[in-house]
Amino acid sequence: MRKPSLFTICFVIFIASWIFLRYIVGSLISVPIPNSVIVMYMALILIAILVHISVEDSRLSEFLRPIIETLVDENKKVRRIVLVVLIPLFMLGYTYTNIAQKAGPPGDPRDAHPSPPLELTYKDEVIEDVENPYRHLEKDNPEEFKSHVENGRRVYYDNCFYCHGDHLDGQGHFASALNPLPANFQDPGIIPNFQESFFFWRISKGGPGLPKEGTPWNSAMPIWEDHLEKEEIWDVILFLSEYTGYSYREVGH
Amino acid sequence: MSCCASHTFKRIYLILALVLLGFVLFSVLPAFAQDMTDEEYRPFPLIGSRNAAWIAAQLHLLFGSFILGVPMFAVIIEFIGWKTKEERYDRMAYEFIKLCMGAFSTTALLGGVLVFVLVWCYPKVLSKLSGIFGPTMIFYVILFFGETFTLYIYYYGWDKMKGRFKWVHLFLGVLLNIWGTAIMFVSNTWLTYQTSPATQFRKLSDSTKEKLTDFNKEEMVAEMLAHDPELTSAEAAAKVDATVISLHDETTGEFLGTVWDAINNFTWMPVNIHRLIGNIAFGGSIVAAYAAFRFLVAKSKEDKAHYDWMGYNGNFIALIGLIPLPFAGYWLGKEIYDFNNTMGINMMGSLFSWLFILQAVMIGVLFIGANYYLWSGMGRIKGAEIYARYRPYMITVIVICVAIWMTPRTLSKISSASELSAMGGSNHPHLGFFGLMTAKNTVVNIVILTTFLSFLFYRRSGKTPIVGWKGVGNILISAIFFLGVVVIVVIGIVGFTVETNVRVNVLTPWQVLVALGVMVVVTILDIIMYRKATMSGTINWGQMTDRSQYVLILLAITFTSLMGLMGYARSGLREGWHIFGVMKDTSVDAFTPSLSSAVNMVSIIMVIFFALVGFIFWLGLWGDKKKQAAVPVEAEATAESDA
Repeated sequence: MRKPSLFTICFVIFIASWIFLRYIVGSLISVPIPNSVIVMYMALILIAILVHISVEDSRLSEFLRPIIETLVDENKKVRRIVLVVLIPLFMLGYTYTNIAQKAGPPGDPRDAHPSPPLELTYKDEVIEDVENPYRHLEKDNPEEFKSHVENGRRVYYDNCFYCHGDHLDGQGHFASALNPLPANFQDPGIIPNFQESFFFWRISKGGPGLPKEGTPWNSAMPIWEDHLEKEEIWDVILFLSEYTGYSYREVGH
Repeated sequence: MSCCASHTFKRIYLILALVLLGFVLFSVLPAFAQDMTDEEYRPFPLIGSRNAAWIAAQLHLLFGSFILGVPMFAVIIEFIGWKTKEERYDRMAYEFIKLCMGAFSTTALLGGVLVFVLVWCYPKVLSKLSGIFGPTMIFYVILFFGETFTLYIYYYGWDKMKGRFKWVHLFLGVLLNIWGTAIMFVSNTWLTYQTSPATQFRKLSDSTKEKLTDFNKEEMVAEMLAHDPELTSAEAAAKVDATVISLHDETTGEFLGTVWDAINNFTWMPVNIHRLIGNIAFGGSIVAAYAAFRFLVAKSKEDKAHYDWMGYNGNFIALIGLIPLPFAGYWLGKEIYDFNNTMGINMMGSLFSWLFILQAVMIGVLFIGANYYLWSGMGRIKGAEIYARYRPYMITVIVICVAIWMTPRTLSKISSASELSAMGGSNHPHLGFFGLMTAKNTVVNIVILTTFLSFLFYRRSGKTPIVGWKGVGNILISAIFFLGVVVIVVIGIVGFTVETNVRVNVLTPWQVLVALGVMVVVTILDIIMYRKATMSGTINWGQMTDRSQYVLILLAITFTSLMGLMGYARSGLREGWHIFGVMKDTSVDAFTPSLSSAVNMVSIIMVIFFALVGFIFWLGLWGDKKKQAAVPVEAEATAESDA
């Protein structure tokens, strides 16, 4: 069998990579990858191919040879005609798919994480200490600490589990009706990245307390300082880390 | 073209220039005619105050970075030339400093423009800063004089000090770098203070500690011990020492500390180190781009060979700077988190998080470009072909690492509603892990090691070791690389499961140490192995593809854009404050520009920068041509007079 040309090998690698990302990873292994991310990865794959073929003159000529042959060789007329038809059709299809009106709602442009204010408050009271006032009990008085965690558990299952789920994974009963989805505390990128004071702020101020920068947040989180005591909020924060096993980012890190 | 036509063109240019000048004057003068008394802000005409300050500061910084970076490696190259007695090193070092001379006056000019813009547009801010940093500003002027005169003597004395006074000349080169580094450290105090105008208790001077009546160490320790009886006195004292202390009166905003307290803030030293290394990388990339340009226009083989060699050295220097740069940046990021958690979240997870995706793209371009250049360079060495077979694997590793580095944690901004719903939220259940720092740190280290491997292959090209243990040596080096990568990946995976402070303070530094360790050990082994190696082929300088030279220019452009964008992040982190938490920005520009506006502004600045740099380099080229043209005429005249 004749050895495929460098151009064919590169073309096959490019298409195979797309199939791998779109259908193997995005369907068999995991859930679909957003199109924008696939485009980003494909751009990198294209760059890798271009780097590989253009480092040496000889390899570049080898890569370009079938293209030049297709363009000028008399005996490649059929290939030329096929490409003259296929390339505009492909462009047409691609353009149509991209600009055609779609019925779906637009994407959500919100920021990854809201920025907490410089001053932590509960109602109008300024909280000076940014550390959880009951955290030290973990070492000093484990029994009392346990009672705080238990209280946190009660508060969670009385108020939070409807949205954040039985297992704190953001899969509560109401979750499917909400956009953005409730936070998933089982995700390793949530609890370890923030200090306890951040959670205190998010719980006490809820969706309406989010900063005006980065709007629309569309968060359905209620203002819990209207319903919960300060101690209850700190307790539920203790419970979140005890249940998931993740530790909060420490002050100063 | 005839003489008259040429005059007509000149007149048209003159008229156009006058019209332009008139337009600028008419637009600008009304703004300057405003009442100047006791104003907090004065608008800059046409483009606004913020944009004017942005352009002036960024251009000043780019030129400053170039003239501070170049002398660092120029003096090292000169030293190599002196020790090896190879004239070409001396010539290259001289050529680097010649480029510096052209850029030096422009840097000073732009510094003057920046001061003018700040005095005019932000008088209160400048007054506040000069009130605190007055003594450092005087010191800055002294340093500037020192730098100027040293540079003049260093440049003009190059030929005069050849021979037995070369060591004096080298000393001047070192002195020049000391002045330059000191200048940068001083000016960094002002801008880092604006970002992090507070410090830890232990860093405060004794006089300030006495003044801060609210912060009595003994009382604070006692309070901490009462609060947590498990603590020992030493632990409590350490906690107090680590407490962040504001240096300002809460109500009046009055500065309470000494100048040193203001200087020794959280971000000062990380910014100093980051910029110091960045200057080397930036300076290297600009001289490489200059050499690339000269290579592309060179007519003779000798010139092509010389500028190819110069471009190679420039790129090598840029790589030397680029490799430790992410680590220095990481330290700066850590200090920002330490100073203010909100600022940290804003930087990495919120307002500026997408900027860091752009940063990943650009650093990806830098690493791919640098490797591409090295691989292209192997084409000019006979005997390098044997390493070509590893290239596809190395490209694959680099591209996978860059892809992971570029993957955002939260995909909500770039996904449609149906895609978000299919993912079950804004984080992809699997790719989402790539968005976390532990994954990104892992791939950065692997990219660095792969780039180091490219360099190792380049170094080995055309050489055959004569030592008997070369087989064992190669196996050992491969094993070290393999083990290094495995350890880095394992640390990265463990990073997903541990507390943040363990990851930041223990695991990430270990990853860096492993990568550095691999590079050091392999370099030592490789040097020993290739000592007295036989040369199977020489380097044919000048036999490079034009594409590789365009890559060098691309690298310089990418470095410039990256500096502009990261400057936007560093400065923008203050948000609505001139001095974070102390002096509010109440001007019409008191908003953080969007990323797209910042990208546009950085692009405009980059175009101006390259136009200015191009003009300065062209002037140098023009002068050379004149000199070269004059030589035959003089020779002819001498011959005639002899006759």
